[in-house]
Amino acid sequence: MEKILMRGNEAVAEAAVRAGCRLYFGYPITPQNEISEYLSLRLPQVGGVFLQAESEVAAIHMVYGAAATGARVMTSSSGPGVSLMQEGLSCLAAAELPCVVVNMSRGGPGVGNIQPAQSDYFQAVKGGGHGDYRLIVLAPSTVQELVDLTYRAFYLADKYRNPVEILGDGMLGQMMEPVTFREPEFPPLPPKDWAIRGKGGGHRKWIVCLDLDPKGLEELNLKLQRKYRLLEEQEANYDTFGDPEPEILLVGFGTVGRILKSVVREGMREGLKLALFRPITLFPFPRAALFEKAKGVKGILVVEMNLGQMLEDVELAVRGKVPVFFLGHTGGVIPTVSEILEHVHGLLREEIRV
Amino acid sequence: MKHHEILIAGFGGQGILFLGRVLAVAGMLEGHEVSWYPSYGPEMRGGTANCTVIISDEEIGATISDRPGVCIVMNEPSFFRFAPTVQPGGLLLVNTSLVRAKCEREDLEVLSVPANDLAKLYLDGAEVTNTIILGALLAWRPIVQRESAERALAECLRGKREKLYTLNLKALEVGWEFVEKGA
Repeated sequence: MEKILMRGNEAVAEAAVRAGCRLYFGYPITPQNEISEYLSLRLPQVGGVFLQAESEVAAIHMVYGAAATGARVMTSSSGPGVSLMQEGLSCLAAAELPCVVVNMSRGGPGVGNIQPAQSDYFQAVKGGGHGDYRLIVLAPSTVQELVDLTYRAFYLADKYRNPVEILGDGMLGQMMEPVTFREPEFPPLPPKDWAIRGKGGGHRKWIVCLDLDPKGLEELNLKLQRKYRLLEEQEANYDTFGDPEPEILLVGFGTVGRILKSVVREGMREGLKLALFRPITLFPFPRAALFEKAKGVKGILVVEMNLGQMLEDVELAVRGKVPVFFLGHTGGVIPTVSEILEHVHGLLREEIRV
Repeated sequence: MKHHEILIAGFGGQGILFLGRVLAVAGMLEGHEVSWYPSYGPEMRGGTANCTVIISDEEIGATISDRPGVCIVMNEPSFFRFAPTVQPGGLLLVNTSLVRAKCEREDLEVLSVPANDLAKLYLDGAEVTNTIILGALLAWRPIVQRESAERALAECLRGKREKLYTLNLKALEVGWEFVEKGA
């Protein structure tokens, strides 16, 4: 299959079109503008609609409307823009509407800057908006994986009737790598008999995100929780690499995940026993797999482009059985291979003493 | 094993990102793993631009390098910023038309190419110094084959005027010959 050198932002847009997305609503923000630029050209070619909304708040509610008709729909933004979408995302989760949101995140808090960061982890994984809900969150680390996970995002959204966030960062959005568009085969999806497409001869349907009856609303919440448990059982996904019996397990997602792969390779050349655990789904977090993988290791080093967010999920997963250390940069600073490797040497000297 | 970490830096408008893309596509056409990562701050024409290209036989992890093995500096600010970061034993390619300063490091291989002067001399001053530099680089160190670079140029200029492609082929030749005839 032919490989094309493609920018992450363009690759995610093309994959969305190939996954059957025909509707996009968004508002410009760096470092993800190439997604909008690409779709403004591409969607009209396939009979779709590209619409630049007046704000992110408007865009996400347009997504709600489109999703309610059963159409595959996407929006994208970065940090501050995704913050503005949180009310809408809460509504989409409550109404159990499938959609895909791409966050090519950048340095925060506030307006922050436009360099790559991972400080939107809490926002993406822990709910973000009001109420007791979760998004499915996918964290690609290469442009090819970004393509593959985009197909998967639309599938998971439809299968679980849940919004899916693809959590990338400015680096993944801006960089180019060779990609192929292998269209995956997924099991058949249930018909969208809930979608609002005109009453015709059928019965009345409505899709709302409110329930004034406390019992009814609690019922909805319990139903959502059952779905989230099911996701944890069935969809948690991760990648591992390196020594089968490591002394130090490195844990990182997305961009940092791939940097850690270089660290493991270089460390192993120096004779260190290192391995990588890279969560691919951030919600559901691959807790059980990490607990298993952590058995027998002397220590875990979590590396993130934030000041310790996924760290909390790692600590919960290993339940205090293994010491967990942390190295983080934020504000757009990218950790380097040599720096992380030096940190590993430091741990071996001072903290772990294997 | 092939593994090149190449940093290219200069003014915005010098075709820094394009040069990187041509290298990356050439590497891809040869079946290597490649990545291309641009600096994408609030840059503008006349400001500074840089990108990192990695060409490797191994799956690429980190896409930036704090100690590149090959560094191309197209202007003086880039020379001062990046020359100190080059790996000992690495290659520093300097556009001496715009960089007056001399490299004081003795642990580097330095290739001096007066790209703007060559463009004036052979190409009526056409703004293809980036491709002249690419030709010189590949003649000095075959990171990718020249034929692959020519195919990559065709790929990256697809949809543009034929004249532009021909001009870039000439520029590649000018850089190549400059080195072949003794830089």
